[in-house]
Amino acid sequence: MTTTYSPEELLPLSGIQHFLFCRRQWALIHVERQWQENALTAEGRILHTRVDDPSFTEKRKGVIVARSVPVASTSLGLFGVCDVVEFSESAQGVHLPGYQGTYLPAPVEYKRGKKKLEPSDEAQLCAQALCLEEMLAVSIPVGYLYYGQVRRRVTVELTEALRDRVRRAAQEMHTYFQRGYTPKVKPFKGCKSCSLADICLPRLQGEAMPASAYIRQQIERG
Amino acid sequence: MKKLGNILYVTTPEAYLSLDGENVVVKRDDTTAMRLPLHNLENIVCFNYPGVSPALMGACAERNIGLCFLRPNGRFLARVTGRQKGNLLLRKKQYELSQCESACASIATSMVLGKIANCRTVINRAIRDHALLVDVSELRATSDFLKQMLQSVQAGATVETLRGLEGNAASRYFRVFGQLVLHQREAFAFEARTRRPPQDNMNALLSFLYTLLTYEVASALETVGLDPYVGFLHADRPGRPSLALDMMEELRPVLADRLALSLVNRKQISGKGFTQKESGGVLMDDRTRKEVLVAWQKRKQEEILHPFLKERIPFGLLPHVQASLLARYVRGDLDAYPPFFWN
Repeated sequence: MTTTYSPEELLPLSGIQHFLFCRRQWALIHVERQWQENALTAEGRILHTRVDDPSFTEKRKGVIVARSVPVASTSLGLFGVCDVVEFSESAQGVHLPGYQGTYLPAPVEYKRGKKKLEPSDEAQLCAQALCLEEMLAVSIPVGYLYYGQVRRRVTVELTEALRDRVRRAAQEMHTYFQRGYTPKVKPFKGCKSCSLADICLPRLQGEAMPASAYIRQQIERG
Repeated sequence: MKKLGNILYVTTPEAYLSLDGENVVVKRDDTTAMRLPLHNLENIVCFNYPGVSPALMGACAERNIGLCFLRPNGRFLARVTGRQKGNLLLRKKQYELSQCESACASIATSMVLGKIANCRTVINRAIRDHALLVDVSELRATSDFLKQMLQSVQAGATVETLRGLEGNAASRYFRVFGQLVLHQREAFAFEARTRRPPQDNMNALLSFLYTLLTYEVASALETVGLDPYVGFLHADRPGRPSLALDMMEELRPVLADRLALSLVNRKQISGKGFTQKESGGVLMDDRTRKEVLVAWQKRKQEEILHPFLKERIPFGLLPHVQASLLARYVRGDLDAYPPFFWN
């Protein structure tokens, strides 16, 4: 039952965190291709311009640190860029071109804030790991999230449950994308921090009256 | 609701704009005249000759900041757009609807209703606030006429007849518009709408405000992913932003006409700021234009209650809100396009 996606069909990996935060937000960005920046997203963007330097690879204490590593998975149907991938010398690892010995990769994703309640950052990290596993034919037990606000690194265990979540989300994303479908609004507390709130108009459905009734009402009021 | 960003208007003809980090830098004679963070900007409108650095154009495109160039006299020249916003599925749906007579008629009906109702509000407010200074019976007659027009428009019509009704309503409205000029009646006497070129001061002022509004509406439409050139009420014509003109109909009385009257009635501008050329065409001078731009910006900060969204929003967000609502209708999330009714 494993489907593989062609290169044209791949979706941005970073979308998985939007998707798990709010499916409508994901669809607005990836299906409708709308984007609106707010202070939070601007901070994230600036943080990443510092991290992203593809020409910068260093080796420290047996650990190779590579930045801006492009990855993809044809079975997940996702592609993206890992902020940082650390390769540590390990017997469970793989050979890397240009290096002696075997190395085990671990993706590191940079986030502007602090650890969130919902595991959407973990899912994004896990998706990166799944891509790396597919590309390097290796199994990756852990990855790391680095939170800019608290300057702290968190170890994330890539459990089977987390991997499953990611696979299911990726599949669902492809279903929506193929249909060109934007789910309806389900307002929740996350709407407050969402930079797309004015595009989404979360109050539009549910509370508002039908547009045709509004027009009649306005005309009749004299 | 989204925060209304600032608009940077560059009216100094010799100014040059460039990018420095996250800032836009305005240079004059190679010295920095101003430095503003891009972060709070929504639009940059240039009336200058040297223009803008390519780096700044790129930064604006990336950050969704509108960038447009007008001739020093206010005529539209160019607009910088980045990667196309929005979904091609939305645009295809828009094109499909634009080919469908009944869909066009439905959207156009909303827009014409909005326009006529809002023109009526302009008149009704004058009756309410200045009964001693205006010819109440004539204004009342026009208001009643417009009310009847609303019924005819609502009765269901083709796009062709809607255009006729809209034209009728507009000429009736502009017939009494001159009455709403309460001060400086000589300098700003108004008989009828004239354009290309405007033949009196009031028409010159209106034309300038309509240009500003067209640009803002077009960029709002583009932001939500609609094609500003494919309209429902206005017929297709190469180079004409028909959808922007469609959406302007309902917003003109609210954002432009009312502001023009306030500027004149509060004597913020005077007849001295205009020159009539040999051809009869009227030009506005730089100082007046600046005055108008400042008032325009101020006006946009004022808040109103949007009767459909039931949210308080600044006037300046109206183009954006209406564009979003239209996109939601095109996508099928709403059962009609809800125009903005000014109460």
